Amino acid sequence: MQVQRSAPVHDVVVIGSGAGGGTAVKVLTDLGVKVALLEAGPMLNPAKEFKEHVWPHQVPHRGAGDNAESYFGRKDFGYFSAPNGWWDIEGEPYTVAEGQRFRWFRSRILGGRTNHYGRITLRFADYDFKPYSRDGLGTDWPISYDEIAPWYDKAEAFIGVTGSKEGIRSAPDGVFMPPAAPRVHEVLIQKACGRLNIPCVPARLAVITKPLNGRIACHYCGQCGRGCVTASNYSSSQVQIFPAMKSGRLTIFSNAMARELITNAEGKVTAVSYIDKATRTEKQIRCRAVIVAASACESARLLLNSKSPRHPNGLANSSGVVGRFLTDTTGFSMSGYVPALAGMKKHDTDGIGGGHVYMPWWLWEQQKDIGFPRGYHIEVGGGYGMPGVNAFYGSTRRHEGYGASLKKKIRDEYGCFVGLAGRGEMIPNEKTFCDIDPTVVDRWGIPVLRFHFEWADYEIKQVEHMRNTFAEIIEKMGGQVLGDKKAGGISVGGEIIHELGTVRMGNDPKTSALNKYCQAHDVKNLFVADAAPFVSNPDKNPTLTICALSWRTSEYLAEELKKGNV
Amino acid sequence: MSETTSTRRDALRSIAVSLAAAGAIGEADAQHVHHEVAEVKKAAAGVYKPKVFTPHEWKTLAMLADLIIPADEVSPSATAAGAPEFIDLLANNNERLRTIFTGGLGWLDRECEKRHQALFVNAKPTQQKALLDLIAYRKNAEADPSLLPGIAFFDWARRMTVDAFYTSPLGVKDIGYVGNKGMTTFQVPADALAYALKRSGLG
Repeated sequence: MQVQRSAPVHDVVVIGSGAGGGTAVKVLTDLGVKVALLEAGPMLNPAKEFKEHVWPHQVPHRGAGDNAESYFGRKDFGYFSAPNGWWDIEGEPYTVAEGQRFRWFRSRILGGRTNHYGRITLRFADYDFKPYSRDGLGTDWPISYDEIAPWYDKAEAFIGVTGSKEGIRSAPDGVFMPPAAPRVHEVLIQKACGRLNIPCVPARLAVITKPLNGRIACHYCGQCGRGCVTASNYSSSQVQIFPAMKSGRLTIFSNAMARELITNAEGKVTAVSYIDKATRTEKQIRCRAVIVAASACESARLLLNSKSPRHPNGLANSSGVVGRFLTDTTGFSMSGYVPALAGMKKHDTDGIGGGHVYMPWWLWEQQKDIGFPRGYHIEVGGGYGMPGVNAFYGSTRRHEGYGASLKKKIRDEYGCFVGLAGRGEMIPNEKTFCDIDPTVVDRWGIPVLRFHFEWADYEIKQVEHMRNTFAEIIEKMGGQVLGDKKAGGISVGGEIIHELGTVRMGNDPKTSALNKYCQAHDVKNLFVADAAPFVSNPDKNPTLTICALSWRTSEYLAEELKKGNV
Repeated sequence: MSETTSTRRDALRSIAVSLAAAGAIGEADAQHVHHEVAEVKKAAAGVYKPKVFTPHEWKTLAMLADLIIPADEVSPSATAAGAPEFIDLLANNNERLRTIFTGGLGWLDRECEKRHQALFVNAKPTQQKALLDLIAYRKNAEADPSLLPGIAFFDWARRMTVDAFYTSPLGVKDIGYVGNKGMTTFQVPADALAYALKRSGLG
């Protein structure tokens, strides 16, 4: 294959356009840096592609998908979801070690997974940065809460986050917009939690309830997951990349699948080699520095595939840690029927997409007594949702039968359910990692990842605690747990889509790939700005910390470029 | 659209509106007339040509859909909401569904003939009900495992009929979903909150 090299040298090539890449693009172009952005998927056209406000009956398949995908689990987020990616991408496989399970959700479009994600926006707690010091498990981060806090402030102020000052150590307060009022079932959950001494506070969501930087406030249609045409929620595509395009300092290469980072004799990255998917040709972009933000596992894959005589284990991997320390968040869900809600006057509960309240972890001082080392938070669901395909399958499975009595049961029960979902911390373990599959390449000829994944007892015990707690909350509301209380268990690895840790940061080049600025120990002009640098995976969704770290890394890189250090 | 159906539809509509407005008929009756209107409207739009099902299968599927979601005092039945068309469209595009439905409808007829010496559409309502009562509940397979194919099929028929009905404007109205509008400020009606708090005992 003939490789085409681009003539201009870009200051920085950013690989990946999700929360990390989008933040890097915004910060660097603001600071006058010329950026080339590589995205493995197409450009995004929200006006055309977001299905906000569309009714199911406005499409013949009612949202099941043209080929009934929703009935066979092939489009887990449904037809109406923002264009976001897949558990399986045609021609781009990954493998899983025999006898194990792992699911990898990848996005191939400008904005990546931020187009559809849950917008939950949580700061890590002070103790989350020092897990080893706290309980002897895992590894401490090379930075503290106080060091990253200014960038949490900047990220929150810029993207816009709802919330309230609560003074809870496990959930540090931030720069907040007014939260939305709790829905009726959420008030009941709050009251029940109050009786159980579980904090239940206004949700922290990347949704603006007041105008911000030319974006208009949320209109409470509840359809954040479909993509927001008014950009009232955070997505890197609409909030960071589209505005940065106006700077004149951003060049976007879409359908560009990064294959390898090319280094020179001094061990610095000089170019990014990528596949132009439209022509299936290999091209190169020359650069002074590179920020890899392709998502944790994809970033690890790129580094592992960037092998050369000087870097036989892959780039930035003299420590051998790239691909190791992979974690996902633990997940467990339970639903309940709440008779108190039956017969209530129907009203519009759409609100912000997702729960208006959540429960941060509350037992951080009692970990020893409860028998497992790390915590979880609880997300809530319920209300009068828009009827959709599969929405009543649970009811029909429970009641069975048919006819007028079934119809009445569905009507009477509508809106009387609550759902609780636990999201907890997994501790990195030796058996969970990704490496390059020695035999399989994707359709572009790039060697693929092979996953190895095992939960430990720590996580299993944590999920049992969720099970008992959720049942208590539902019963405290006078509700009945749906189905067998003992049924179901921990999520499959990868399923919560918080996979991270595969290119971790640290002060010691022997045990980490990146320094405290997410700069490779081995390669001074190589940075990583997604969730790959994370040293642990606390019980808080990673997006805000990705944004904060990327912001800090980008400012550092701009300064280093100015000084001529990279 | 023929003049006859147009005239009949307009007449029905004006009757329903004027009678309901005058309080001469109850909501249920007005609803019935509305149903009539919908039926006539649909007929006027042209007869749907099934892509997958034979005329006999189509008739059976429609009957089954209306047994699953019949008209009641609140809303019309599943066929008024386009359930057979929805199933036909997806079965046409998905081979697994095609097999599930053509196979299931065949099973239903054979079983009905075996038990009642009639195809399902020709069986008496009591006979239809007797057969559905067997396949509408998973636990019946314990006593008679030969029902399993019918139970599996009925689960699909019920699932997709229910989906078609509640995703239609008729179903949305039946169930009382009033959103998809947006608001300037998110508000919760105080009386709804008071109602639930009182009933929960948490207030």
